[in-house]
Amino acid sequence: MANAFWCVVEDDRKGAPKKVMAEVIGEAARLSGGEVEAVWLTDKATDEGVKQLGEWGARKVWLLENAAFAPYRAEVWAPAIAELAKAQSPRAILAPVTSRQRELMARLAARLDVGLAADCMGLAMEGDRLIATRPVYAGKLLAKMAWAKTPWLATLRPNVFKPADAVPGRAAAVERPTASLPAAALKLVERREEVSTGLPELTEAEIVLSGGRGMKGPENYVILEELGGVIGAAVGASRAAVDAGWRPHRFQIGQTGRTISPKLYMGFGVSGAIQHLAGMRTSKVIVAINKDPEAPIFKIADYGIVADLFEVVPALTQEFKRLLEK
Amino acid sequence: MKILVLVKQVPDTATQVKIGANPKAIDTAGITWIVSPYDEFAVEEALRIKEKRGQADVVAVTLGPDRAKEALRSCLAMGCDRAIHLNDPAWAEADTLATAKALAAVVKQESPELVLTGRQAIDDDMGAVPAQVAELLGWPCAYWIMEEAVDGDGKTARTGRQVEGGLEIFDVPLPAVLSAQKGLNEPRYPTLKGIMGAKKKEIKDVKAGDLGLGAETPQLSVVALEALPPRPPGRIIQGDVPTAVKELVRSLREDAKAI
Ligand SMILES: Cc1cc2nc3c(=O)[nH]c(=O)nc-3n(C[C@H](O)[C@H](O)[C@H](O)COP(=O)(O)OP(=O)(O)OC[C@H]3O[C@@H](n4cnc5c(N)ncnc54)[C@H](O)[C@@H]3O)c2cc1C
Repeated sequence: MANAFWCVVEDDRKGAPKKVMAEVIGEAARLSGGEVEAVWLTDKATDEGVKQLGEWGARKVWLLENAAFAPYRAEVWAPAIAELAKAQSPRAILAPVTSRQRELMARLAARLDVGLAADCMGLAMEGDRLIATRPVYAGKLLAKMAWAKTPWLATLRPNVFKPADAVPGRAAAVERPTASLPAAALKLVERREEVSTGLPELTEAEIVLSGGRGMKGPENYVILEELGGVIGAAVGASRAAVDAGWRPHRFQIGQTGRTISPKLYMGFGVSGAIQHLAGMRTSKVIVAINKDPEAPIFKIADYGIVADLFEVVPALTQEFKRLLEK
Repeated sequence: MKILVLVKQVPDTATQVKIGANPKAIDTAGITWIVSPYDEFAVEEALRIKEKRGQADVVAVTLGPDRAKEALRSCLAMGCDRAIHLNDPAWAEADTLATAKALAAVVKQESPELVLTGRQAIDDDMGAVPAQVAELLGWPCAYWIMEEAVDGDGKTARTGRQVEGGLEIFDVPLPAVLSAQKGLNEPRYPTLKGIMGAKKKEIKDVKAGDLGLGAETPQLSVVALEALPPRPPGRIIQGDVPTAVKELVRSLREDAKAI
């Protein structure tokens, strides 16, 4: 439908949309008064996945199902979405912040010759224009931004926008447009899966535990992983810990690492350098455990304990276990 | 082989930034400027490719005002061979897309085999320029790369792209744009000799007209900058560890409802 708000689906590569899509669809519905459509490029969609998008509030699913869409390659995806957008004239195209959406949406914006507001933390209609709020300068300031013309392209930071409630039985119409598919330039050689920690992905997790230089060595992260296992948290690290080789780079939180906005961030032996804060300061609740009462992280923490983390972590694990068993 | 490295000058990560008299921009007084850290990974990678091949023309390119020349000098001091400075009042209001158009136009003129750049500039953190330059050129792009190896005949680059849950290794036909993620390498510090030598290297000034471009209407513009909403004051939980931990867990559960 012309003027609809489109949501580009990020899926798990197994045929199901990721949970973060509830946030994107929820926000699109709020902004558009329910005129939400999903655009899903995949090699294989499941009926369950389509049903899920409908229950979250997508009125229509534009399903582009083709083997050429796996693995994800922007030079194949962007033209397919652009072609559909030119024919359908959506008012906005939204996607969650993920590694591939950051690239895809940028390419799409260039192709459509429109603006892209990346990593938004707020979106609001002011009259008939959309205003995006996004962090700039390592989250030291917020910028309000506006587009010159539609479609408005934006990526949304996970865990910030209120997810849509799934309404059982609410269903989306499915449309399968044909798209001309350019030949892929990139050739996949291999995919190296990370050894799963069994814990949630850092950027998607609702709770993140972050271990800094105070962890004293790579062998000690196991105590954070134990705590993470109890409360369903991801375990991240400061750059000092990553540069020391204690944790792989993908676990780094901060300006030159991942940006996270979990419901709860707990820092253990992290001093709170400005570059670390850049990656986590928008967390809803911040807890700091540090031996040094002067550590800067206490300035932005909601709760702090000045103590040795090696005493606090096991005690926390026990206490949470007790609480969650109730 | 010719390699263009696209860099941006940004405020140092530790600098305090304040909103300027014009609420759409920051107050630049007293700011220390640096090459955006991700772009340093790109410069380093270009220099390593040159060293491995024994020969290459590594050109640092930036779009920015007069002060951005300093960023190009830093790249030359690290070892880039020459530099191009896109400096024109027509670009004063340039948004990401206008910047990408200007950079793509230079790439076309220079026709390198490879364009390297950081995954994002750490001032506006938009992270769109690499993909947009590639799109405007009709080139492939490998995003957020943690590994890279250009093959012997300079036709393909094998790159490792960071994605959620893993690393995807792709063969990318050249010419292509590669955007650097942290972990790709450890950037070198300029040597004294490098710094002295940089003064003699060429920095070419380019105006919009030289690229056949004029002023572009920005597709996305800043309406206003705002300070962060203040966080409510925090609370240090007192007492011995067992007592403090109990109280913390209770507060997280009952007051903050965070768990
Ligand atoms: C360009 C640039 C980019 C950067 N990007 C990032 C980034 O993305 N992410 C990032 O994190 N940093 C980044 N940094 C580095 C940053 O400046 C800090 O050096 C780093 O965050 C410090 O890590 P840390 O807090 O673990 O270590 P430290 O600052 O050394 O702090 C360790 C803390 O642990 C406490 N401690 C020690 N032992 C214990 C114990 N037993 N119990 C409790 N507390 C204890 C100490 O009191 C101290 O406060 C960047 C720097 C630059 C220049």
